[in-house]
Amino acid sequence: MSGFAKPLKIAFGLIVIAALIAVPMNFNRYGLFILSQWAVMAIAAMGLNLTLGYAGQVSLAQGAFVGIGAYVAAIMTTHGWPLPAAIVVAIGLSFAVGWVLGYPALRVQHHYLAFVTLAFSTLAFLVFRNESWLTGGIYGISNIPRPHIFGIATNKPLPFYYVCLGSLAIVSLAVWWLIRSPWGRAFMALRENPLRAQSLGVDTRRYTLMAFAIGSALGGVAGALYAPLTQYIDPVPFNLSLSLDLLMMVIVGGAGFFLGPFLGAMIAVLLPEWLRFTEGYYLMLYAIAVMGLLIWSPTGILGILDRYLAERRTKAASAQRAVAKSRLETVQ
Amino acid sequence: MSNLFDLLVAGLATGAIYALVAVGFTLLWQTSQTINFAQGEFVMLPAFLMLAAMHAGAPFWLAIILGILLSMLLLGLAFKMLLVDPMLRHGVLPLAIATMALAIGLKEAVKQFFSAEASPFPSIVPTGDISILGHAVSLQSIGVLLLAILAVFGLTALLNRTSLGHQMQAAAQNPTVARIIGVPVERMILLTFLINAFLVALASLLITPIYLAKFTSGEVLGQAAFIAAIIGGFNQVRGAIAGGLLIGVLDNLAAAYVSTQYRAAVPMIFLIAVILFRPQGLLGRAEERTV
Repeated sequence: MSGFAKPLKIAFGLIVIAALIAVPMNFNRYGLFILSQWAVMAIAAMGLNLTLGYAGQVSLAQGAFVGIGAYVAAIMTTHGWPLPAAIVVAIGLSFAVGWVLGYPALRVQHHYLAFVTLAFSTLAFLVFRNESWLTGGIYGISNIPRPHIFGIATNKPLPFYYVCLGSLAIVSLAVWWLIRSPWGRAFMALRENPLRAQSLGVDTRRYTLMAFAIGSALGGVAGALYAPLTQYIDPVPFNLSLSLDLLMMVIVGGAGFFLGPFLGAMIAVLLPEWLRFTEGYYLMLYAIAVMGLLIWSPTGILGILDRYLAERRTKAASAQRAVAKSRLETVQ
Repeated sequence: MSNLFDLLVAGLATGAIYALVAVGFTLLWQTSQTINFAQGEFVMLPAFLMLAAMHAGAPFWLAIILGILLSMLLLGLAFKMLLVDPMLRHGVLPLAIATMALAIGLKEAVKQFFSAEASPFPSIVPTGDISILGHAVSLQSIGVLLLAILAVFGLTALLNRTSLGHQMQAAAQNPTVARIIGVPVERMILLTFLINAFLVALASLLITPIYLAKFTSGEVLGQAAFIAAIIGGFNQVRGAIAGGLLIGVLDNLAAAYVSTQYRAAVPMIFLIAVILFRPQGLLGRAEERTV
């Protein structure tokens, strides 16, 4: 992104933020629901982007952490606890479970790791479905209340959309800070060359576990918002396909790019809705669009932009060299 | 005891089908680093191609041949040329994601163009029971088991006993050297894709009479095949066979002796244990790629 002038970038960002606040004001209930869902999924995808995009650890379990967060929020808020408390517990629990799930990553990598996390995802789903004393089993948990924030009730779709958007903003700032901190650099070192990272004194063991735990904790946050958003949860949305969807969001948006998850979640949540007019064909077209995009640019949407900017920079640099050379020649 | 015997036979029969699917899965991995998340849907589709041929008036035997040929064309040739070839050099993950999208696309296409309902499918082996050692065993289980074993033996013979098979192994183990000694590597890779398409079509033919033809039926099957491939050894054909049989039996025994609620957990826990303690698989050797 460094090809853009900085003020231009800031202005563009401000316009997008203003649009996200102002435009949905006259959306209907369904439109607001979809947009809130986008914000929630973007949070979960951002967590996976930390684990996968920055630290290079494949995980097919992010959907399970969304599930853990959602069940924590559903159980706590229906028992009278406030949502912020539930979010804190959801973060803590997802962080702890994510930390433990990170241990296999110390031993195996790539597709083996993918399959361990896949198995975890299936096990989590079985627990959600079968432990009905806790999770309500296949009947799920209904009447999940929406919170009061600063004394304002968020029962209506618009206020709750702002809760989701605000949470997305807070998480984005935190992640932005994290990837620019020494931790973020350690994560990237882990992705690029674990051996070299270790020889430079990076505690790869700790950072691998951290990458899993922090990424999972963000999945928990997303889940804790998902429960009050839908106000009813059952095990079905948290099966393996959610984990696969989240992985798809990260890759399609552009793994390892800060803005990747926002775009990926947009494609995965909004594109099917825009294609609804094609009725029975919409998911088919969505699948074809995703395949087409990946064939065109395997590094995702932001990969296209990145390549374009890199080309422009090389061109600009070679133009400068040519100018410098001709000046040199005229001097001689 | 009779109960255990029945469970074992039924488990071996489904396990043999898992093995077919898992073998194809490992073939694609070895020759072109393709983790095919649509492998389950690849098994689902041929049954519908055969059903479509029968709806058009073809007799069953002709529908089978057409179904297998169409699968090899679509799931072998077209899959390789349109999706795998353009993406292969960009690494494992984008291609794996693209096959996930392909899985969604195939499911939706069948749902839209054929039916969202489960359709019955004729069996190629006679139904009924025969008596073995005093136990009534379903002929279907025996037939499925025999056909699957035949296919697997045929494949192993092709790979180990023929010059073509040796060329395929060479192409998988070391493409550069294989190219130097004159193996047509590209053609060998295409051949593995065609073999995979044939195997999934055969698996489809064998399993669909048992579980009906439904657009979602690939989901469970694909996952079982992954697990079988990993447990047996990602880089070994015989590993995938052993893994398939093991998962089939384990699944059936778990349903009977563990709670039905947690039967799906048994193969998963087994999978985690294998990956953590023997990541090369039960029969695999570490860091080696052989067909």
